[in-house]
Amino acid sequence: MDWARVAAGLERGQRFVMGFLSPDFASRWTDIRQGLIESLTMTLTSTVVGVLISVPIGIGAARNLAPRAVYYLCRGIIAVSRALQEIIIAIFLVAMFGFGPFAGFLTLSFATIGFIAKLLADDIEEIEEAQAEAIRATGASWGQLVNYAIQPQVMPRLIGLSLYRLDINFRESAVIGIVGAGGIGATLNTAIDRYEYDSAGAILLIIIGIVMVAEYGSSYLRKFLQ
Amino acid sequence: MLHLKGLGKTYKTGDVALSDVTLEVPKGQIMGLIGPSGAGKSTLIRCINRLVEPTAGAVMLGDVDLASLGKRELRRQRRRIGMIFQEYALVERLTVMENVLSGRLGYVPFWRSFLRRYPPQDIQNAYRLLDRVGLMEHADKRADALSGGQRQRVGIARALAQEPELLLVDEPTASLDPKTSRQIMRLLTEICAERGLPAIVNIHDVPLAQQFMQRIVGLRAGRVVFDGPPEDLTEAALTEIYGAEDWHAMRAGDAEQAEAEAEARARMEALA
Repeated sequence: MDWARVAAGLERGQRFVMGFLSPDFASRWTDIRQGLIESLTMTLTSTVVGVLISVPIGIGAARNLAPRAVYYLCRGIIAVSRALQEIIIAIFLVAMFGFGPFAGFLTLSFATIGFIAKLLADDIEEIEEAQAEAIRATGASWGQLVNYAIQPQVMPRLIGLSLYRLDINFRESAVIGIVGAGGIGATLNTAIDRYEYDSAGAILLIIIGIVMVAEYGSSYLRKFLQ
Repeated sequence: MLHLKGLGKTYKTGDVALSDVTLEVPKGQIMGLIGPSGAGKSTLIRCINRLVEPTAGAVMLGDVDLASLGKRELRRQRRRIGMIFQEYALVERLTVMENVLSGRLGYVPFWRSFLRRYPPQDIQNAYRLLDRVGLMEHADKRADALSGGQRQRVGIARALAQEPELLLVDEPTASLDPKTSRQIMRLLTEICAERGLPAIVNIHDVPLAQQFMQRIVGLRAGRVVFDGPPEDLTEAALTEIYGAEDWHAMRAGDAEQAEAEAEARARMEALA
């Protein structure tokens, strides 16, 4: 046990706490603003793209709608996406596409697919079969069956899940920034590296604020949509 | 009109649901199908429009053998058969009008149904049908806002929107109270008479079947054991269909159960 190191650490910890208590929004404001814009863009685009890709995969991964081969393929894609944690994918994609928000966008889109497609597929498998049977009995095609019997039953939950995923993606964007995938996480990382704990404190407060706004906003929106 | 020849269904598990069912339903005839639970009533009518795949025999609707059709042709032929379900099977989150128009799905291309741009004559016809079943003012309500009897009327209008040549009716009154049950049966028989539509009606309520059906077929363990007019449905015939057990006792049991269910439902409603 090296007490000198503990003392140094304590002192650094104290400076960190002090910095957090007296956040400095002003001196690095342009960096913070840039990081925030990157993060929010990344969050929104990756959620939209992720959900759009998730819908066909989720339909394909529903046992009651897809043929066997398609089912196994789509479940495979979901399994891969869910098996890899965001940070691991981010490290990998940063190595492939270089530092910056593009790697972050790809990471979050990929993670969104595993999340939304799985929950959508499970939801489709639990629909009321009688409604699907009735639509099938009218001579409807497969597309009409999905549009008339499945979509009305799963849509409200799909919207709720997408909003929830938007929320998760923003939080994740702060984390994956630390491994180089751009956004507010990268700004936070830089601030800590420069021992600018007052700026880091400001960034953390902004993240907490945005997550809270997203939380209340999405629950309000969900209530409104139902 | 409809001719079943040696129809059979054996499930993958080896359970025989139907064996060697041969029946003919002429135009305009309303046929009641009775029998104990598990006798294969539901399987039989689902084998006709192939919601369940039959494993033997032929289903002749006019000159077409439905049992031997490919997927595409099957969809086209399903338009000729309207189906009405026990728990209504309406799409609950769609409006009454959308539910009625869904009867046209077999006739319109995907983009029309997706954009809800049905041909004007389909929409006029749908309004006419809603008027016929007495739900004109409910057209724009969501289906789950209606009562049980009203939902079943929407189910009837949806089946008729197909302009079917045959109606398959699966326990139309099982989730309805006795008074509404009679109203629905009366509506069904009137409509069939107006259009000369033949219908096969699964029904477990024997007195109701005797009151409204022109012909009764009794099914037991997947075989036809009775076929005749309702007057011929004697005590002996009922024993043949429902087994040696006293069917009066069984009916009493049914009534008790329905009562208990209704009570439970009332209690739930009181809670909500």
